[in-house]
Amino acid sequence: MTGAPQNLAREIGPDILQFEDVSLHFDDVAALDHVSFELRAGETLVIVGAAASGKTMLLKSAAGLEHPQSGRILLFGQDILKMGERQLIQLRSRVGILFQEGGLFDSLTIEENVAYPLLNSGITDSGVGHNATSSNGDSNHQPISIAEAEARVLKALRFVELEKTLDQFPNELSGGMRRRVGIARAVVTEPALVLYDSPTAGLDPITANTIMRLIIQERDLRNTATIIVTHRYQDGHMMATFRYNPSSGAVEPSAKVEPSAKAEPSANAKSSPASSGDQSQITTRFLVMREGQLIFEGTEDQLKASRDPYVQKFAKAGSS
Amino acid sequence: MFDFLKGPVETFQEFLFLSARAFRNVFRSPHYASDILIQMDVIGVGSLFIVSLIGVFTGIVMALQMARALSTYGASGQIGQIVSITLVRELGPVLTAILVAGRNASGMASELGSMKVTEQIDAMRALGTDPLQKLVTPRLIATAIVLPLLTIIADALGMVGGYFIAATMLNITRSQYWTNAWQILEYNDLLQGLLKPFLFAIVIALVGCFYGLRTSGGTQGVGRATTKAVVVASVWIFVITSMLDPLFVNLK
Repeated sequence: MTGAPQNLAREIGPDILQFEDVSLHFDDVAALDHVSFELRAGETLVIVGAAASGKTMLLKSAAGLEHPQSGRILLFGQDILKMGERQLIQLRSRVGILFQEGGLFDSLTIEENVAYPLLNSGITDSGVGHNATSSNGDSNHQPISIAEAEARVLKALRFVELEKTLDQFPNELSGGMRRRVGIARAVVTEPALVLYDSPTAGLDPITANTIMRLIIQERDLRNTATIIVTHRYQDGHMMATFRYNPSSGAVEPSAKVEPSAKAEPSANAKSSPASSGDQSQITTRFLVMREGQLIFEGTEDQLKASRDPYVQKFAKAGSS
Repeated sequence: MFDFLKGPVETFQEFLFLSARAFRNVFRSPHYASDILIQMDVIGVGSLFIVSLIGVFTGIVMALQMARALSTYGASGQIGQIVSITLVRELGPVLTAILVAGRNASGMASELGSMKVTEQIDAMRALGTDPLQKLVTPRLIATAIVLPLLTIIADALGMVGGYFIAATMLNITRSQYWTNAWQILEYNDLLQGLLKPFLFAIVIALVGCFYGLRTSGGTQGVGRATTKAVVVASVWIFVITSMLDPLFVNLK
């Protein structure tokens, strides 16, 4: 059933990402221990766990940045563990990643940083005009003009409210601003899947809240499949219970959003009816990791109801 | 029983994999021409002054030390030969390579190491660029181009330094010194004088990048990677030159 032909997988099927019994070892230490889960279009996964429980490795494996020794990872229906680095580069252009510390290139300006995925995504896009790696025949990659790249960079930076920092370098910005640039860079290509690695780590609560609102806004505007790794329960709670309200332009508790969103026939009619209809469908699931193992999978309510003391730690942390 | 060898052998194997991929990328698109030029500027133009300085002083020292030995045979007129042969065959390539290893193998290891520990390498891969293609191959090409050129400059300036001593302290005429220095050189000398820096360049670039890319453990790790890169590259420079020398010396 999972052996679907590859050309079908290109039309974004229900399954965006599938882990089947994935294990990743470093020497004798298991970073991932027989992990299985799946992520469907429009879904949100919140992965919580203590430090060094394998959360980041799970995220990196999902993007093909780490190579687990056993199991199968299907990204957009393609088995990425069987792909070479060059094929992976093509596929990764459909995944946005925010790294733990932002991962910005400190030798490039903010503008160049955000433009980087546009100008480099897919080897054939780099303007060299040599089509060496079209083996999977992906024709989504149109070479992008400089003017269009500039427009999209500006749009992405405006989204995170940092359009005035174009010519600055990452080390001139504060930690929260760098994180926002990282988000702009992750979403500038409008990927179908966005992975956030501890987006709020090391930030003060107010900045962390801003970052979470941006992530929720990005998810609900484009109905993006989202995986967020965090050690803060509040982040997951927000992902599960807050929605972006297109009519007020703010991120609000979802109870408030549903009625008004339905009443408002929004201007961007193409996406809005579908997404407001889908809003109730958007499901947020929680995964809890411990020492490389997935020990819990379920909704927020199930998480709260869990009797496991380790799981409870992550359900209680933020409820106070 | 040979468990202690496992680590070094595995490291060497990883190094060979990286080298193979870096070489393959030389012949594959995309090429980052601007990165190659930047690296040529950093390595070539940046090292020019120090390489010139060392070249001149090596020539001076060679001429001074050899003059004493030659004068016991009444042959101090041949000083040009000694200086040009030792510089072109051995000292020019090795000293230039050691300098560039100290300057640039360390530079590569620390730059790539910092990028590694701040997840910029992963970000690069995630954003659609092969770090080997974007970072390693340009450094490899740039070093392979500029190191032979730097060596030629060091050789030439070394001979000028030798001439300075010959003219001021040994009373040798200009034509005597330069005719001597020029005529002793054979194609064999030039071949090894240019082949060596080319091989050293490959070692310097690959070792520097290799230790940079396998950096782990934060800023301390960057320091360790830098030190290792310089030490390993320098050792390999001497190993390679002493392995090549028998081949070329037998040719005569």
